[in-house]
Amino acid sequence: MLRQASRLLAHRPILAARTRAFSTDLPASEQTADATFAEAWNKVIPNIDPPKTPLSFMQPRPPAPSSIPSKLTVNFVLPYASELATKEVDMVIVPATTGQMGVLPGHVATIAELKPGVLSVHEGNEVTKYFVSSGFVFIHANSFADIIAVVAVPLDQLDANLVQKGLTEFTSKLSSATTDLEKAEAQIGVDVHSALNSSLTG
Amino acid sequence: MAMAALRREGRRFAPLISPRPITAVRSSPIAPTYEDEGPIGVRYISTQVVRNRMKSVKNIQKITKAMKMVAASKLRAVQTKTENSRGLWQPFTALLGDLPSVDVKKSVVVTISSDKGLCGGINSTAVKISKGIRKLNSGPEKETKYVVLGEKAKAQLIRDSKKDIELIITELQKNPLNYTQVSVLADEILKNVEFDALRIVFNKFQSVVSFLPTVSTVLSPEIVEREAESGGKLGDLDNYEIEGGETKGEILQNLVEFQFSCVMFNAVLENACSEQGARMSAMDSSSRNAGDMLDRLTLTYNRTRQASITTELIEIISGASALEG
Repeated sequence: MLRQASRLLAHRPILAARTRAFSTDLPASEQTADATFAEAWNKVIPNIDPPKTPLSFMQPRPPAPSSIPSKLTVNFVLPYASELATKEVDMVIVPATTGQMGVLPGHVATIAELKPGVLSVHEGNEVTKYFVSSGFVFIHANSFADIIAVVAVPLDQLDANLVQKGLTEFTSKLSSATTDLEKAEAQIGVDVHSALNSSLTG
Repeated sequence: MAMAALRREGRRFAPLISPRPITAVRSSPIAPTYEDEGPIGVRYISTQVVRNRMKSVKNIQKITKAMKMVAASKLRAVQTKTENSRGLWQPFTALLGDLPSVDVKKSVVVTISSDKGLCGGINSTAVKISKGIRKLNSGPEKETKYVVLGEKAKAQLIRDSKKDIELIITELQKNPLNYTQVSVLADEILKNVEFDALRIVFNKFQSVVSFLPTVSTVLSPEIVEREAESGGKLGDLDNYEIEGGETKGEILQNLVEFQFSCVMFNAVLENACSEQGARMSAMDSSSRNAGDMLDRLTLTYNRTRQASITTELIEIISGASALEG
């Protein structure tokens, strides 16, 4: 039984080394935020250790460099996976609500909401395209881009017939919708399916 | 009922009023043994009691070992999901920072716990931290409400903070955890609860034997704007351009809701992982304790058995030597 336990423990590498930075590595501002919380906690509840906060589990980000860096660092995350984690690319094109937006290194800091559409990642000569449902993109001043989407599928996994069927189904639902809620839901369906359609054709 | 009580009393007194003469009870200090009388003159000590105890302890050991294996397999399943979801909350913290010591009027503590027990101390630590946060945020004009996920925290918090609990959600893990379910849950909470700051308390899974209680803070859009204007940590939020025709307020609203659902998803997964890990170690230590107990009982059993054999031999031999003369 003990042998099995040690085998189980060996299979699971201790995650502390990877996810938790040492407290000496944290930049000074993050340390002060944690410190005020820890102090306030210790004054009121001296017996229990203060709980950890997300800052202690995050890798700190580099500050904005003085010259424009050559590559854009992209984090593309989904609830079930991190598609790209701190990958250095040349450009990404994101489907923002105002249309396709290209992001190059040195882009001004922006917060943009995404609408259903195609996201393409350009690295050298290769382009990877995903269809994303919606989400947010944050572009920071230090040429880091965070793309958070709920669902993202590579384009080759989309079935054209099902897309057409869905589109016709939702357009008919939209025309026959009575309440506002039904209309809104049908409109969302139509938007997503027409975006899917155009991504497959265009 | 009086008859039943009398009957019970009668049974208790029965060994003392037995018609046979009470002989000296030879019992080992650890296990109770009873003296039986067989055919005239022969005494032997019964090992039945010890044997019954050994059987039940062995069964308990088997059950706890099985529970540990089940928890280990469930842990493996949830752990991959949890590790994949860890990237989800990091962009939000990178953008909005983390201000656990922000000064707000209405804070809502979302305590995440398990539905089933036998998982060590993780639920009590979560509840203790929630109560601590409430104490930390107490003051004039400030109030703290609870949203409880899970039966175990509900049982503990309902006892002294019943009027402060806004929502109780149980049976979260009936179906495998997925983002859709958690986002519906987040939607419910956002609709029904007014808040300036949401503090989500959960146990973060660090390794199979270590779980860290963690609190993640999600601020409402108004507080985000207030903190951005006053400078400090969120000061450079204003430097970010808002793409699109929406105002900053609208985008912040969407952002906060999205942040809450992402952070909740990660928190629920981490807590599920911690629950399985804690159950594994609790069941492991209990099967080890059962093993120790079994060893001690075996020793007692052997001692009792040998003592009874020795008694029999002594009586036979002394009887034989008495006959010889």
